[in-house]
Amino acid sequence: MATTITAPPTPSPSIVRELTRVERWKARGPLLPALIFTILLTQLPFALTLIYSFMSWNLLSNKPPQFNGGANYLATLQDEVFWRSIGNTGVMTGVSTVACIVIGLLLALLLNHSFPGRGIARTLAITPFFVMPVAATLFWRSAIFDPGFGLLGWLARQVGLPAVSWLSEYPMAALIILLTWRFTPFAMLILIAGLQSAPQDQLEAAKVDGAGPLRQFGSILVPHLRPYIELAALLLAMNLIQTFGEIALLTAGGPAYQTTNITYYIYLKGFNSFDFGLASALGVAALLITIALILPALRLLSGIFQKEGRR
Amino acid sequence: MQIGPQRTKAVARVLAVTAAGALIAGSFTACSTDNSGAAAAGDVTINVALAANPQMKTAESLISDFEQKNPGIKVKFTTLPENDLRPAVTKDVATKAGQFDVAMMGSYEVPIWAKNNWILPLEDYANKDTAWKKDDLLQPIKDIVSADGKLYAAPFYGSSSFLFYRKDLAQKAGVTISQTPTWEEIAAAAAKMDDKAKGTSGICLRGLPGWGQNLASLTTVINTFGGRWFDENWNPQLTSPETTNAVKFYVDLLRAHGQADAAKDGWEGCLQKMSQGTTAMWYDDTVFAGSVLNSATPEVKANLGFAMAPTGPANIKSGWLWSWGLGITASSKNPDAAWKFISWVTSPDYIKLAGQKAGWDSIPPGSRTSTYDLPEYKQATAAYAGLTLDSINAANPKQPTKDTVPYTGVQYVQIPEFVDIGDFVSQQIAGAISGTQSVEEALQKGQDYATNAVKSAGYLK
Repeated sequence: MATTITAPPTPSPSIVRELTRVERWKARGPLLPALIFTILLTQLPFALTLIYSFMSWNLLSNKPPQFNGGANYLATLQDEVFWRSIGNTGVMTGVSTVACIVIGLLLALLLNHSFPGRGIARTLAITPFFVMPVAATLFWRSAIFDPGFGLLGWLARQVGLPAVSWLSEYPMAALIILLTWRFTPFAMLILIAGLQSAPQDQLEAAKVDGAGPLRQFGSILVPHLRPYIELAALLLAMNLIQTFGEIALLTAGGPAYQTTNITYYIYLKGFNSFDFGLASALGVAALLITIALILPALRLLSGIFQKEGRR
Repeated sequence: MQIGPQRTKAVARVLAVTAAGALIAGSFTACSTDNSGAAAAGDVTINVALAANPQMKTAESLISDFEQKNPGIKVKFTTLPENDLRPAVTKDVATKAGQFDVAMMGSYEVPIWAKNNWILPLEDYANKDTAWKKDDLLQPIKDIVSADGKLYAAPFYGSSSFLFYRKDLAQKAGVTISQTPTWEEIAAAAAKMDDKAKGTSGICLRGLPGWGQNLASLTTVINTFGGRWFDENWNPQLTSPETTNAVKFYVDLLRAHGQADAAKDGWEGCLQKMSQGTTAMWYDDTVFAGSVLNSATPEVKANLGFAMAPTGPANIKSGWLWSWGLGITASSKNPDAAWKFISWVTSPDYIKLAGQKAGWDSIPPGSRTSTYDLPEYKQATAAYAGLTLDSINAANPKQPTKDTVPYTGVQYVQIPEFVDIGDFVSQQIAGAISGTQSVEEALQKGQDYATNAVKSAGYLK
């Protein structure tokens, strides 16, 4: 009996079409309560901050808050310490983020291979992120950075070098070291996830074609990891900008405001000097500067954010 | 095993009902009032905000004595670290939020809050409560917690500053520390006792930025060198020759023979170093004498000596004056009950009770003359109690400097703007201590900032 071989039916082209407005709102609907809650919780205080920033209101002077136009903003723009703290925030955040990603990537690559004791190694590598910030900071302050008691001082003396007064002479470096130690596990976890989803078939093909490990890393892994690195950088920057406890306990923002970031400066003005008008203006100014810097950065990020409503 | 769709739906329904029931039951417990103390109807609860220092912790642990003597009053404590207590209580009294009935406040805050009517005057309560013995309070301490001659806070403890030193290290270096030393003597002694090879610094002084940290010690040095913060017309005097000499002396001493990495050390850091034996001398608060003796290594404990606060060329007695006091907030709904608590915890009877229960070296010092007459206290604190009393009595907050000043306060300037000015200047001084800038630069920056501040606040015309 002759069998008829017919060509398999051509698969219908995958249907990719834009959703209709109704369908889009149906998809968003369940998210609305959470969105409204978030807006109320973040935007109402922001609106109040905006209002306070146009008032002269020092709690200790016992005078009622009075509208004073843009005087607080003028004071902010002329305040040398404000610009210093913006610069410090940039340095602190930028250098720590880059260091976290580089070291995190190194650790991720190492921990991606299986070796005896990998479980313990991974746990130890993750631990710094979960130690209480206050405890970690106090420990670093006394047991590591202190020239008399600390580990680094002892190491220096063993080698015959004078002990460095970290918190007096290199306070920013000390802070960055502490922050990098605390946040590297965070970057490492994201990058391990990225490495584990690396396209193994491409890597094997490259190996067959004679590519060495460096070439494999540069041409295949890095482009694949790019969205993960960008995500890690974004989340790290978001967390690092808010650094407060480490600064308060390590150097109290000094000496001479060298390690004061904008968060700590707003705290000093708001809760030490109780000048709520000025502190609000500082907060709004800091927000505007942050938005101005982040927007172009977000534009560059590829692959993290997909367009809404595609099926 | 296949669970049919009907069975799954039934299970889901049961789970939903259970969850809903649990939530509703939970919400009922949230609605009920907090009756953990099994308070009877008519009981009054007062909320007390305290700083987390050892003497206050003792008071908390002895609260049953108060509740026995005052049935019907329950006390709820909120203990916060000093840095958090200040903003928390300030916010409460300034906005009249009513969170606290009794608040612990520093002698810096009392006159400011009194002027703003944020705390109630205690004069009438104190006069009526004869068992409380208002006249037993040490006069300088009473002065700094009063405003316009009226008492606004009951002093819990009072302190001044003096010198701690190691008798054995002094002997080894061939140095004698007199009971009323001068800063010149102390600088020379620090140079001799400084042993960098062994890791012992000649002296430990506060370097940490903060109006209540490095500026407290530094301001007393400025005072005793003949300098001052402001002249009679509120012109800042930070760049005057006397002030510059004083700050130069402090910074140079610290850099040459002080502890390493000084800009990170406040009283906490120096307390640690003194207790561990890594510094030969320490100039700081009298209230730490008990703590150092408690936590020190045996070698330090056996060799600890005390001397009056060193004086400078202007020969002004330079011990500072500080008190933590308890006041009644203006928004309190139970001021009478609040006074009963305050009266209990600052009374001579309480001091005796704390001494018996917690040890004589951990009672709140420096508030009453009668404390210094207690034989057990005198015996337990023979090394430093007399000096503490002398230091407190020698301090003059109304005229702390050689030339007249428009402000009061020994180690701070009693104006609301001082926290802001002080924080800025202390940061610049820390910069000079760490070597980032010269003393002249630091003082010039401080001078400019202070001038702007007093001009915009209206003091300087």
